[in-house]
Amino acid sequence: MASKVIQAFYNDDDVLMHAVKKVKAAKHHIEEVYCPFPVHGLDKAMGLAPTRIAITSFLYGCVGLTVAVVMMNYIMIEDWPQDIGGKPSFSYLENMPAFVPIMFELTVFFAAHLMVITFYLRSRLWPFKKAENPDVRTTDDHFLMEIEIHDNEQELKDLLADTGAVEINISEKNSH
Amino acid sequence: MASHYEAPIRKPLVVGDKGYHDVTVDIAAPVEGRANKHWWIVFSIALVAFLWGLGCIIYTVSTGIGTWGLNKSVNWAWDITNFVWWVGIGHAGTLISAVLLLFRQKWRMAINRSAEAMTIFSVVQAGLFPIIHMGRPWLAYWVLPIPNQFGSLWVNFNSPLLWDVFAISTYLSVSLVFWWTGLLPDFAMIRDRAVLPFQKKIYSLLSFGWSGRAKDWQRFEEVSLVLAGLATPLVLSVHTIVSFDFATSVIPGWHTTIFPPYFVAGAIFSGFAMVNTLLIIMRKVCNLEAYITVQHIELMNIVIMLTGSIVGCAYITELFMAWYSGVEYEQYAFLNRATGPYWWAYWSMMTCNVFSPQFMWFKKLRTSIMFSFFISIVVNIGMWFERFVIIVTSLHRDYLPSSWTMFSPTFVDIGIFIGTIGFFFVLFLLYSRTFPVIAQAEVKSILKSSGERYKKLRDAGQPLYQISSERPVVKEEVSDNAVVEEVKPIKDGAGVDELLSSIGTFDAAKESPDDLKQVKGIGPQMEATLNEIGIYTFAQVARMTKKEYDLLDSITGSFPGRAQRDDWAGQAKVLNNKK
Repeated sequence: MASKVIQAFYNDDDVLMHAVKKVKAAKHHIEEVYCPFPVHGLDKAMGLAPTRIAITSFLYGCVGLTVAVVMMNYIMIEDWPQDIGGKPSFSYLENMPAFVPIMFELTVFFAAHLMVITFYLRSRLWPFKKAENPDVRTTDDHFLMEIEIHDNEQELKDLLADTGAVEINISEKNSH
Repeated sequence: MASHYEAPIRKPLVVGDKGYHDVTVDIAAPVEGRANKHWWIVFSIALVAFLWGLGCIIYTVSTGIGTWGLNKSVNWAWDITNFVWWVGIGHAGTLISAVLLLFRQKWRMAINRSAEAMTIFSVVQAGLFPIIHMGRPWLAYWVLPIPNQFGSLWVNFNSPLLWDVFAISTYLSVSLVFWWTGLLPDFAMIRDRAVLPFQKKIYSLLSFGWSGRAKDWQRFEEVSLVLAGLATPLVLSVHTIVSFDFATSVIPGWHTTIFPPYFVAGAIFSGFAMVNTLLIIMRKVCNLEAYITVQHIELMNIVIMLTGSIVGCAYITELFMAWYSGVEYEQYAFLNRATGPYWWAYWSMMTCNVFSPQFMWFKKLRTSIMFSFFISIVVNIGMWFERFVIIVTSLHRDYLPSSWTMFSPTFVDIGIFIGTIGFFFVLFLLYSRTFPVIAQAEVKSILKSSGERYKKLRDAGQPLYQISSERPVVKEEVSDNAVVEEVKPIKDGAGVDELLSSIGTFDAAKESPDDLKQVKGIGPQMEATLNEIGIYTFAQVARMTKKEYDLLDSITGSFPGRAQRDDWAGQAKVLNNKK
C-alpha cells in the first residue's frame, strides 16, 4: 500500500528530541526516526515499548546450560563411564565440578549467539538485505523523522517547520 | 540536555573542532583514500613473513612434528608458548569493549574497534598452534564431542585441553559477533557515502542493510550491553582455562592455584601492550590523532602499569610459595628458573614485565608517545618470555635427572612463529584499509559530552544547539509525475558575480546540468542552492578553490567550511572526468 509520508530532517540530536516531544504533544503518531547514532531517551520520547531482547538472552542461556548438563550426563556418566585418575564417573553430581567450565561456556555460547540472531531477524538485518533509510545523510549527521499523512499535510508541515527542521520532504512510500 | 553533562575537569576525548560530519569524514577517509607507499612496504613484509610461515607449516604437517626442536623431556615448547602468547594478546579487545562498557568508560570508544579486531586476529593465530601440533590437522574435528568410529568412546570432558577447545571457540565466535554487530552502523555509514558501485555493493552486503531506525538502535544498545555482560566473565574464563592446561598437571612450577588470576592479569597486560603498539602507529598513519589522543595512550599505560604490577606480585608469590611449601621439587624448579641454564630467559622476563612498566608512574613518561611505544614492545617481548620460562624451564629438568636436557628451536619453530606474526599483520593491515577503524556511531554519541568543540561551548556558557527559526525548504517528491521546478538562476548579491566569474557560468543552451548530488557533502538542498547561484556542472565545482569556497559560504551561510573539508573540487574533477 502506498501512503504519503512527511519527512523532516534535523542536524542535531537535541533539536530532534525537542521536535519529537512537540510532535507527540500534538498527538501525532511518529512512524519512524532514523538516526546516525543512538540518541538516548529517544525511544521513550517516541513511545516505543522497551525491548525484550535481554529476556530472550536469559532464556537462551538457560537452554545452553540445559544442553550442557544433558550432554555431559549422557557422554560422561551414562554412555561410557570411565575411571579417570581413580575418580570413577558414576554420578553426575559428584563429577559435576569438572563439567563447570563446559557448562559455563555453553551457557554463554547459546545466550550470545541466539540473542544476536534474534536481534538480526527482528531488526531485519542480514546479508543482501537492502537498506531502508530514506536518505543517505541519516548515517552521517542528519536525523530524519517520518510521519504518515492522513489528510493533514498542511498541519504537519506547519508543525514541523517550527521545530527547527533543516529540510522537509513529502514523498510517497510503499510499505513493505 | 542533562545527559550531555560532563564534569569540566575531564579532558576532551575528541580534540579539535569536530562536529558530527567531521567524524564521518575523518573515519571514512582511510577507507576511501588510497594506500600509501608505507602501507604497501609493511604489507609486503608481513605477507612474505606469512608465506614463509605457511611454508614451515606445510613442511611440519607433511614431514612430522620431528621437524621441531622438541624432545622427550621438553615435549611442549614454542608451539604452546606462542599459543598462550597469542591468546593473551587476544584478551585486551574484549576487555576494552566489554569491561570498559560495563564501567561506562567513554575512552574505550576510540580504541575498541581496533582492539577487538586485534583480538580476533590474534585468537586466529593462537588457534593455529594446537591444530598444527596435532600432527594430522585434518583430524582436528576429533576434538568435537562425537563418538569414535569403533563404538561410543567420547572425548574426555575432564580434560582442560578439551575445555580449551570450548573456551577458545566460544570466545572467538562471541568476539566476532560482538565486533560485527558494532560494525553494522559504521559499514552503513561507508555504504551511504560510497561513490563507486562496487564499493556500495560490498558495504551494503557487510552492513546487513542497517537503516538506523529508533527501534534498531534501542535493540542495538541492549544487545551491546548484554553481550558485554556475557563477554566479561567469558574473557576471564578463557585464560583461566588456558592456565588449567598447566595448573592441573603435577609438574613443579605448573601445579599452582595462583595460575588463573596470574594468567588473566598477564593476558590483559600483554593485550594492552599490543593495543598500544598497534594504535600508536595507526593514529599516525590514518590521521586519527584527534580521536586516539595522548590521553587514551596514557590511560592504557596506566592499565599496563597496574596489570604489570599484579603480574610482578604473582611472580614473587610463586617464589614465596615454592620456599614456604617446603616441597623440594617446587623449590628446585624456581631456583633453576632464576639461576639455571635458562637464567637469561627468567631475568629478561623479570626486567621486561615487572621493572619496565614501573616507569609509567611518571606522567612525563606515560604521556610520551615514543616511550609508550618502546615499552609496549618491551612488554610484548617480556610476556613471550614469561610463557617460555613457565613451559620450557619447568620441563627441561624433570623428576629424573638422567633425562635432563635443553631445548633449542629449529628454523621451523622460528619460521612458524614469524609466520603467525606476518599473518596477524596481514589481517590487521587489510582491516585498517577496509574497515571503519573507530566506532564512529559511538564516538558521535559522546561528542556533545566529551568533544572539545562542545566542551568549549559549554565553558563559554553558550548553548550546544539552537533551534533555527528559519523555515525549511519543503519539497514534494510525489511519484514520477512530480513537476521539476524551474530554478531561477542568479540571485542578486555581491559575491555571486565574483564567484561565477572565477568558476565560469553555465550556458543552458550548450551544456546539460550534472547531478551535483554525486559529490559527497552535496545533498538535494545544497544542490538547489548551488543551482540558484548558477552552478550546475561538475566542471564549475572543480574550479573552486579556497577563495571560492569562502565566497560560497558567505552566500549560502550554511555549513561553513564543509565544502573544503569534503574537497568538493577534487571530487568534482574525478566525476567530471568520468562523465
